[in-house]
Amino acid sequence: MANVIKIKKGLDINLKGKAPEVLLNCGKSETYAIVPDNYTGIVPKVVVKAGDKVKAGSALMVDKNRPEIKFVSPVSGEVIAVNRGEKRKVLSIEVKPEAKIEYEDFGKKEVSALDAESIKGILLEGGMWPFIKQRPYDIVANPADAPRDIFVTAFNSAPLAPDFDFLAKDEKENLQTGLEILTKLTAGKVYVGVKKNASSLNGMKGVEVVEFEGPHPAGNVGVQINHIRPVNKGEVVWTANATDIILMGRLFNKGVADFTRLVAVTGSEVKECGYVKAISGCTVKSILEGKIDPNAHLRIISGNVLTGMKVPFDGGYLGAYDCQVTVIPEGDDVNEFLGWAVPGFNKYSVSHSYLTWLCGKKKEYVMDARIKGGKRAMIMSNEYDKVFPMDIMPEYLLKAIISFDIDKMENLGIYEVAPEDFALCEFVDTSKIEIQQIVRNGLNLLYKEMN
Amino acid sequence: MKALRNYLDKIKPNFEEGGKFAMFRSVFDGFETFLFVPNSTSKTGVHIHDSIDSKRTMIVVVIALLPALLFGMYNVGYQHNLAIGANPGFWATFAFGLLAVLPKIIVSYVVGLGIEFAVAQWKKEEIQEGFLVSGILIPMIVPVDTPLWMIAVATAFAVIFAKEVFGGTGYNIFNVALVTRVFLFFAYPAAMSGDQVFVRTSDTFGLGAGQVVDGYSGATPLGQIAIAGKELIGNFQTVDVLGNPISTWDYFVGLIPGSIGETSVIAILIGAAILLFTGIASWKTMGSVFVGGAVMAAIFNMIGTTVAMTVSPIDHLFLGGFAFGAVFMATDPVTSARTETGKFIYGFLVGAMAVIIRVLNPGYPEGMMLAILLMNAFAPLIDYYVVEANVNRRLNRVKLNK
Repeated sequence: MANVIKIKKGLDINLKGKAPEVLLNCGKSETYAIVPDNYTGIVPKVVVKAGDKVKAGSALMVDKNRPEIKFVSPVSGEVIAVNRGEKRKVLSIEVKPEAKIEYEDFGKKEVSALDAESIKGILLEGGMWPFIKQRPYDIVANPADAPRDIFVTAFNSAPLAPDFDFLAKDEKENLQTGLEILTKLTAGKVYVGVKKNASSLNGMKGVEVVEFEGPHPAGNVGVQINHIRPVNKGEVVWTANATDIILMGRLFNKGVADFTRLVAVTGSEVKECGYVKAISGCTVKSILEGKIDPNAHLRIISGNVLTGMKVPFDGGYLGAYDCQVTVIPEGDDVNEFLGWAVPGFNKYSVSHSYLTWLCGKKKEYVMDARIKGGKRAMIMSNEYDKVFPMDIMPEYLLKAIISFDIDKMENLGIYEVAPEDFALCEFVDTSKIEIQQIVRNGLNLLYKEMN
Repeated sequence: MKALRNYLDKIKPNFEEGGKFAMFRSVFDGFETFLFVPNSTSKTGVHIHDSIDSKRTMIVVVIALLPALLFGMYNVGYQHNLAIGANPGFWATFAFGLLAVLPKIIVSYVVGLGIEFAVAQWKKEEIQEGFLVSGILIPMIVPVDTPLWMIAVATAFAVIFAKEVFGGTGYNIFNVALVTRVFLFFAYPAAMSGDQVFVRTSDTFGLGAGQVVDGYSGATPLGQIAIAGKELIGNFQTVDVLGNPISTWDYFVGLIPGSIGETSVIAILIGAAILLFTGIASWKTMGSVFVGGAVMAAIFNMIGTTVAMTVSPIDHLFLGGFAFGAVFMATDPVTSARTETGKFIYGFLVGAMAVIIRVLNPGYPEGMMLAILLMNAFAPLIDYYVVEANVNRRLNRVKLNK
C-alpha cells in the first residue's frame, strides 16, 4: 500500500478546453528543431552546420561546459539552419525530415546487466540525459554527481494538463525499464509521485510510489520532494518527469532515440481538443493546423498556462519537455471599461472581491493573457502562502532573492525550489510581480556564485 | 465606450516621452488605467493572471468604509442638533453632516493625491492606489471641528514623511492615515482633544445655525471616563451631550460624540464583514485585536482601582476608535505583521496596548492610535522571529540527518 500525502494549499484553475481521451490526427511537420532555451543551465555549442545529414539520435549540439551532454536530433534528415539571435545566441537548430525516419542505432540493452557508468553513457549518447534535472538550481543534472535520491513525478496537476494514465497506457514496459535505469543511478531511493487512485504505476518494481492528493501544485516534483524528503544544503537530488522516463526506457528497449509521444491539445480556443501523437521538436503548426481560427488573436503555449513557453504559430516548436499545447486568447484587443468597479461574475479571481465565486466550482473559465493590472510593490500578505504547499515562506524567500542575500536565501530554502513552484504565486499576485523570472534569475546568479 | 477609447488613443502620444504633455504622463496613465483595465499581456512567466489588482483591492476597502462614513455624516448632524436643540428631520440632519465632512474629504484627497501624482511623475512610475484608502480614512478619524488647513498640513506631512520617503505604497512602516492623526494630535493638541471639538456647535455654510442649549457638554464617553474621580467607582455613568445617561447599546449604535467615522460599531461591523468576506483583510489580525483588548480590559476589571479600570471589556471594544482601528487600521497589510503566526501576536498586542494606554495614561483618553503605531514599529520584529522559526526548522533538519 502506497503512502498518501494530502496537499491542502494550492489552486485548481478550472479552465475551458480540457482534452478528452481521444486521439486526433496530427499534420505533417515541415521541420523539426531543438531550441536551447527549453533547457536550463547549459551553454549550447552547435556541432552541426547547415547542409549536414543527420539521423534521429545524432547530436546537434552539446553543452559547452560538459560536452558529454548531447542534444540530439529527433528525426533524420538535413540540417537546414542554425538560427541565431542577438550576440549570436543560438535560437534553434532546424532539421528538415526525410519521409522515413532513420535511427542511429544504440543497441538494445538489458538494464539489469549494466552498471551506473555505462547507463549514464548510453543516456548521454542517446540524448536522453537532459530529461534529468537536479535540485538545487533546477538545471540539467551534472552526470558527475551522485544524487541522494531521484524523484519522479508521474502526474501533472497544472490547468488542462494531460492525464498521465492516458499518456502511459501503451508504454508500461518502457516506463518500467526507465524507472529501473534510475534505480541504478542513485545509492538512495527512487521516489515516484502519483495522483491518488492513478493506475499507471501499479506493479512497478524497484521504486517507492507515493500517492498525492490535492490541488495543483501537488504534481510539481518540488512540492513532492518537500513532503517526502526535503533537500538540504549540500545535497543534490535528481528529478524527472515520468513522461520523459518513458522515452528513456524506449532507448534501452528498442535501442533508438525515439521522441514520439502523446501531446494534449488544450485550451479554450481549440475547436477540437484531444491528444495527438507527435515527435518532440515538431512545429506547433503541424499539431494545431485546422484546430484553431488562424485569424484570431491567439496565444499559443507549448506547455501549460502557468509555466509554458509562448510560441508563434509559424515557426514555433513543441518544447523538449512538453506533452501539452494550450491555446488561449491573447486579449490585447480587449478594452474593459471600469473593470475595477464591476461585480465581475465572469472574472476569475481567488479573492472574493469579484463575485465569480458565487458561480460555483464547476464553472469553466476562458482566460486571456492580459496581466489585468499594473505592477506594484508587494502589498497584500498571505497571498502566496495560500498556494504554496511547502514548508517555505515564499514572500521572505522572494525578498531574499530580490536583495540577493545568499545567507538568507539558503536559510529560507532556495535549494528546494524551482520557478514552476512559484507559478501559482505569480498567478494570484495582486501586485503582478514576475515571480518566476525573479526565482530563475536568483537561481542562475546563485549557481554562478557557488560554482 | 468605444469613442472614449478612441479619444484616449488619439491623445495618448501627447503624454508619451517627448510629447507636449509628457510631464503629465503618470497622471494620464493613472486615468487611462482607471477607465480601462490595462490590456498589456504577460511576457514572461504565467500566461494567465487573476483578475484582482491593486485598484480592485483598494476600492473594496473604500466600499467597506462607506457605511461608517455615511453614518458618521448623519451623526455629525445628529450631535449638532442635540447641542442646539433643533430637529430638522433626517435629510437636513444628514445634509448638515455631509457639508461638514465633505470639505475634509476633498482636502485630504486633493493634498494627498496631488503629492502622489507629483512623486509618481518625478519617479516616472505609475500612480499607486494606496492613498485612495488613506485619503478617506483621514477625514473619518479626526474630530469634526478640525480646521481644514490642519488636515492639509498633516496629510502632506504624512504622505511625504511616512510614505514617499520610504518608497511609496507597500514600503511604508507606519500607517499613513494614523501618522496624519498623530501629527495633528501632537502638533495641534487643542484642536484634537477636549470637550469642544467632537461636536460642531456652530453652523456649516449657514446651515443649522442656533444657540447651544443649557447643560450641553461635548465630552466623549472616553473623555468622561478619563476624568472621572475614584469616588465614582461603582456608580459612574457616561452621558450624552445633554447629560442623559447612555448605555452599551448606545455605544454599539453610535449616536454619541466622537471622531467622524469611529462611533458606530454597527456600521464598522458591516465594513468588517465586507473586508473579511472578500478576503482583503485578515481575520487573524482583526479578531486578535478584539481578543487582546477584551483580555486586557478583563485584567483591569480585576484590579479595578480607578473608573477607567472598571469599564467592562465589551464597552472598551465599542467605545472610541477601538473597533474602527481594529477593522480598518490594524489590518493594513503593509504595516501590520505579514506572517500568519505574527498576525495573531500583532493583533493581540494592538488590542492589549490600546486598553493599557486608555486606562493607565492620564493624558490621552484614547489609546488605539498610539497602540497601532507602536505595533507598526514592532511588526517587523514579530515577523523576524516567525521567519527565524522556519529557518531553524530547516537547520535542524540538517542536524537530524547527520
